[in-house]
Amino acid sequence: MAKAHVYKRDHINTDEIIPARYLNTDNEAELAKHCMEDLDKDFVAKVKAGDVIVAGDDFGCGSSREHAVWAIRGAKVQTVIAKSFARIFYRNAINCGFYLIESADAVNKIKNGDEIEIDYDAGVIKTKKGKAKIQFLPLPDFALEIIRDGGLLDHIMKTSA
Amino acid sequence: MGMTITEKILARAAGVDRVVPGQLVDAKIDVVMCHDVTTPPAISMLVAKGIDRVFDPDKIVVTPDHFQPAKDVQSAELHKRLDVWARRHNIKHYYKLGRAGVCHALLPEQGHIRPGEVIVGGDSHTCTYGAFAAFSTGIGSTDLAAAIATGVLWFKVPASMKFVLSGALPQGVYSKDVILAVIGRVGTDGALYRAMEFVGPALADMSMEARMTMTNMAIEAGAKNGIIPFDEMTKSYLREHLKESVEYTVFESDADAAYIATEEFDCSKLEPMVALPHLPSKAVPIDQCAGQAMDQAYLGSCTNGRIEDFRVAAQIMKGKQVAIRTLIVPSTPEVWKQASDEGLFEVFYNAGCVISAPTCGACLGGFMGVLAAGEKCVSTTNRNFVGRMGSPKSEVYLASPATAAASAIEGKLADPRKYL
Ligand code: SF4
Repeated sequence: MAKAHVYKRDHINTDEIIPARYLNTDNEAELAKHCMEDLDKDFVAKVKAGDVIVAGDDFGCGSSREHAVWAIRGAKVQTVIAKSFARIFYRNAINCGFYLIESADAVNKIKNGDEIEIDYDAGVIKTKKGKAKIQFLPLPDFALEIIRDGGLLDHIMKTSA
Repeated sequence: MGMTITEKILARAAGVDRVVPGQLVDAKIDVVMCHDVTTPPAISMLVAKGIDRVFDPDKIVVTPDHFQPAKDVQSAELHKRLDVWARRHNIKHYYKLGRAGVCHALLPEQGHIRPGEVIVGGDSHTCTYGAFAAFSTGIGSTDLAAAIATGVLWFKVPASMKFVLSGALPQGVYSKDVILAVIGRVGTDGALYRAMEFVGPALADMSMEARMTMTNMAIEAGAKNGIIPFDEMTKSYLREHLKESVEYTVFESDADAAYIATEEFDCSKLEPMVALPHLPSKAVPIDQCAGQAMDQAYLGSCTNGRIEDFRVAAQIMKGKQVAIRTLIVPSTPEVWKQASDEGLFEVFYNAGCVISAPTCGACLGGFMGVLAAGEKCVSTTNRNFVGRMGSPKSEVYLASPATAAASAIEGKLADPRKYL
């Protein structure tokens, strides 16, 4: 079971996910201490390993900083479920081997604090209270391959070996 | 069915005759841009995987810019990692302090951008180089590591959106106002995953600098790349700036190429625009926000830190005093020297501005002019998200250099047309 941290906003940007003042490091644990800081300064205190972030459209817009993915992963967040993702953030996540879920319904059907369960293979999110069963389209095969190999660099090493 | 410029360039780079939007291709990379924030992590990834190589030391351009000169010990460490790596691999085009500048202003100026090429950089505003009829897009550190090591990256071919710009720009209205109006209309995700192709007679009068201001901000509409067809203006800029391999291939969109949408703008009807906090799409004409008090004006960045931007600002500030803190940040050493030679610094000094070394500085809230809680800044940069230039409680208003200069004089958002 994972707890959902729901932000009903669209356009949550990389400056909010990890402000530029912390970009002088690429240490994941260090970045995690400031994850979502300019959006919700209590996030780091609230989040537990395996939790999930749920948001609206265009999540991760703004800069190309992969630090945004690292900060979220460093905070031990399992996945981000959003209505849609900004292009570079989406690509970075796949390249890092971090699974993202695109779902038009999740942000409306999941309430902040809900316990949810995700079946990645079947493409289903279940809320614990059993009320909602939300379908999503699993990532395309090429992205799954990269994720399965542990990220783009490992994937390249494997496929070019 | 014909192809767009973007499709033709990607097809060429993938070694195939044609591509269609949505198709995945492995494209050969012609130039990789590296700076001090996203490249050091890419280097560490390569080291961790034991991949100690670069695909071509002549095709990688390195310029520390974000925290340059080093703002603190940690950024000095980033610069050191970059430096050690660049030397170790004999990176040919490595710009060090004194010659380094804001990446997207530096690369075209130093002749690293050619039409028809595929250019990637570890920075979202890498889309700037599309002004030269090239395909260029921003990537993160893992992609950067892969591009550095292999010279190849996967891309999904974007669908193209056409922006037809007609009519001459009125006095006091610049390409920055055009792009703010465009983003204001389509929204910050209006071109998500797409190519924004700018065409139309209004482009003919725009310098390459002015065009770069527009392609620079394609990412602010969510686009993968922005692109402008090649013309005489492109040709003469390249004749002046390309130093080596002066050959390039010009691609043009076919008359029957497919566009997912077309937007038309009559530039003659535009007014100076300001994007209100906290989205670049919150663009309004100046008369809807004039009078709003400011604490700081920032003139610089990869969007509007080029020589013509400072010429306009100096024209407005000449013989006047600024009413608020005003920072002049030339984007490259060459721009700095030219502004100095032309006597612009004297104008800025006399007006009460401070002139900085070339750096990204406060554009991303790094240093050299960050904002305190509650402060407002009129800025010629490209992004006004929460906390972008400092405190999460500060505000950024995006505008052209002319509007920023006029606002600096009045200490509040002001219409530049009365000073021209
Ligand atoms: S000037 Fe600003 S937008 Fe441009 S590359 Fe630097 S930080 Fe990014």
